[in-house]
Amino acid sequence: MPLIIDQEKCTGCAVCLERCPFNALTIVDNLAKVDDVTCTLCGACAKQGVCPFDAITLLREKKEAKSGIAAHRNIWIFAEQKKGVLQGVVYELLGKARELADVRQQEVWAVLLGKTVAHKAQELIACGADKVVLVEDDCLEFFEDETYSTVITRLCRNYKPEIVLCGATTIGRALIPRVAVQLKTGLTADCTELHIDPEKQLLVQTRPAFGGNIMARILCPQHRPQMSTVRHKVFPAAQPDSSRTGEIIREAFNAREKANNARVVDVIEILEDTVNLTEANIIVSGGRGIKGPANFAMLHDLAKAVGGAVGASRAAVDEGWVQYSHQVGQTGKTVNPKVYIACGISGQIQHLVGMQSSDVIIAINKDPDAPMMKIATLALCGDLFQIIPELIKQMK
Amino acid sequence: MIIVVCIKQVPDTNNVRINPETKTLIREGVESIINPFDCYALEEGVRLKERLGGKVIVLTMGPPQAESALREAISLGADEAVLLSDRAFAGSDTLATSYALAQAIRKLGHVDLIICGKQAIDGDTAQVGPGIAVHLGLPQITYVRKIEAIENGIIRAERLNEEGYDVLEVSLPAMLTVVKEINQPRIASLKGKMAAKKAVVLTWKAADVGVDPALVGLEGSPTLVVEIFTPPPRKGGKMITGEPADIAGEAIRDMRAMGIV
Ligand SMILES: Cc1cc2nc3c(=O)[nH]c(=O)nc-3n(C[C@H](O)[C@H](O)[C@H](O)COP(=O)(O)OP(=O)(O)OC[C@H]3O[C@@H](n4cnc5c(N)ncnc54)[C@H](O)[C@@H]3O)c2cc1C
Ligand SMILES: Nc1ncnc2c1ncn2[C@@H]1O[C@H](COP(=O)(O)O)[C@@H](O)[C@H]1O
Repeated sequence: MPLIIDQEKCTGCAVCLERCPFNALTIVDNLAKVDDVTCTLCGACAKQGVCPFDAITLLREKKEAKSGIAAHRNIWIFAEQKKGVLQGVVYELLGKARELADVRQQEVWAVLLGKTVAHKAQELIACGADKVVLVEDDCLEFFEDETYSTVITRLCRNYKPEIVLCGATTIGRALIPRVAVQLKTGLTADCTELHIDPEKQLLVQTRPAFGGNIMARILCPQHRPQMSTVRHKVFPAAQPDSSRTGEIIREAFNAREKANNARVVDVIEILEDTVNLTEANIIVSGGRGIKGPANFAMLHDLAKAVGGAVGASRAAVDEGWVQYSHQVGQTGKTVNPKVYIACGISGQIQHLVGMQSSDVIIAINKDPDAPMMKIATLALCGDLFQIIPELIKQMK
Repeated sequence: MIIVVCIKQVPDTNNVRINPETKTLIREGVESIINPFDCYALEEGVRLKERLGGKVIVLTMGPPQAESALREAISLGADEAVLLSDRAFAGSDTLATSYALAQAIRKLGHVDLIICGKQAIDGDTAQVGPGIAVHLGLPQITYVRKIEAIENGIIRAERLNEEGYDVLEVSLPAMLTVVKEINQPRIASLKGKMAAKKAVVLTWKAADVGVDPALVGLEGSPTLVVEIFTPPPRKGGKMITGEPADIAGEAIRDMRAMGIV
């Protein structure tokens, strides 16, 4: 703990207690004591002038980083689960982590939190994990930002991973930034490529910025762990091998880690939307050219025929033809399916930034000059109300 | 309710270019807009204020010209504006940015609610909001699509996720990030535009908010951008024309050849 309270100087006056934004300080036996679960090392108590006796110092991270960096080992992934089902991106993380760990000659550790999720550990091992850190408690049944991030921060402090990977899901993007800030380390969002620099042995994180107009390569040289969130569907999923063996490390949940200022009241699945857009291999999207809500039924039929999910342009969402959760683009979702079928979507830049990394793009549009037609792998030029029924019919 | 809305001025993604030598963005000649998600954050803040009383303070960290974004926010209903601007902040990553913004919010005194956009369209990181929450020791609800209630110091809101939504309750003060679905932002009224012209924008430097200079800017940023490049533009493919039945037939043949269906 780099926060040091000099026992000789401390008088137990409790002035520092009021300055701690996290209630991490207490007086025990007439001395100030810091709680290492809640302390974020923000340094508020160590600021000059706070302690009348200069008893508190925060050793600055930089000094610590250089000596501490080598102590970090292993590649961690966050094994996000909902109702005991691992999210698709977890398998992709495992595949990538295995690759990175082999280069670094280190282990893959999966971090699994939940109510009763122990039965998932074996699956994680089969897919490449060497160790599974398992924390089970009733309080972990649903994802709650503070509780989850407190637990994972503690695990990272104790076991010191070198790299932490997490899916860029709703949960991942709420959880991992909190962990990174508590660990005071760097976090690179939405990576689409990860590898180890052969010389520096650092994690090279490549990510799109400005809606994919620009790519950036990012390092985190002096802080550990190196942390990234990873887009769905970018890396291939690890294939299970039931002969693989690994170790399960059970970690107790500390009751104090339950946030007392937040709770999950309800979890609601919207049934019509059960196909998760970000995890879909094929997306059939409709735009203004679909002309009305009733015609979306035709897209659902096409989606069913090809085994895909239904997306939409903002125009279709703003018209009220389909719910916002289907919207692809700058102010909607970023998707990366194998196949994106754009029906009656012109392809304005704000839409393209959400889907242009799809492997194959199929556009159906009567305007051959629409921007979507210019980037499509297959540009089907004609009336979608005639072409789509033909596609459905001929595919049967 | 004292509400802080964090907004960021971003270049319009339509016209982004980079300087090949310095590998930095060319900001000149590119139109700047308020990050679209932050417009929803602002609108939600203003609606809450109109319903529950209090005020909305817009806060941005950025170069001096970001002041125009703050004035625009005032025209859209914000009451006060703070610009956090200092060369020391240059090069801040999300850790450093969220720390600086958190320090500015501390200086504002009592705050009930902080609202951010889901993400900024330049970096798309979605990390600054949660970062602010941690620096201030606050609970958070991300991807908020609806605020259901605020009563007895507790806010209940819906968090949009991949399968539907979760309903969460957190105690105030709290930090929210919002998605587009939450509201339909208003258009500036004439009165708003007048207010924007007259408004006094507070400008704070690093020292004013008591940030440790070692923890902001490039030096305070653990991440290091080592390379920026433009991906090759996506090439077009094959145009298929003709009778609908023939188009569909050819497309299906090609899709089969690619192993799609
Ligand atoms: C800040 C901001 C954020 C935005 N965010 C998003 C976003 O997240 N997602 C998004 O999608 N948009 C977004 N937009 C809007 C975007 O600029 C476009 O307005 C929108 O994508 C257009 O949707 P569309 O292609 O469905 O409609 P249109 O541009 O109207 O295109 C309709 C297309 O359908 C074709 N068509 C019509 N009838 C037929 C037919 N019978 N058969 C075949 N083809 C037909 C037409 O030729 C045309 O190309 C954003 C805009 C702004 C300013
Ligand atoms: N420089 C900034 N000034 C004020 N608010 C910001 C700044 N950067 C990010 N934010 C807020 O944080 C949200 C998420 O940004 P980002 O983490 O960059 O994707 C934005 O929608 C803003 O509300």
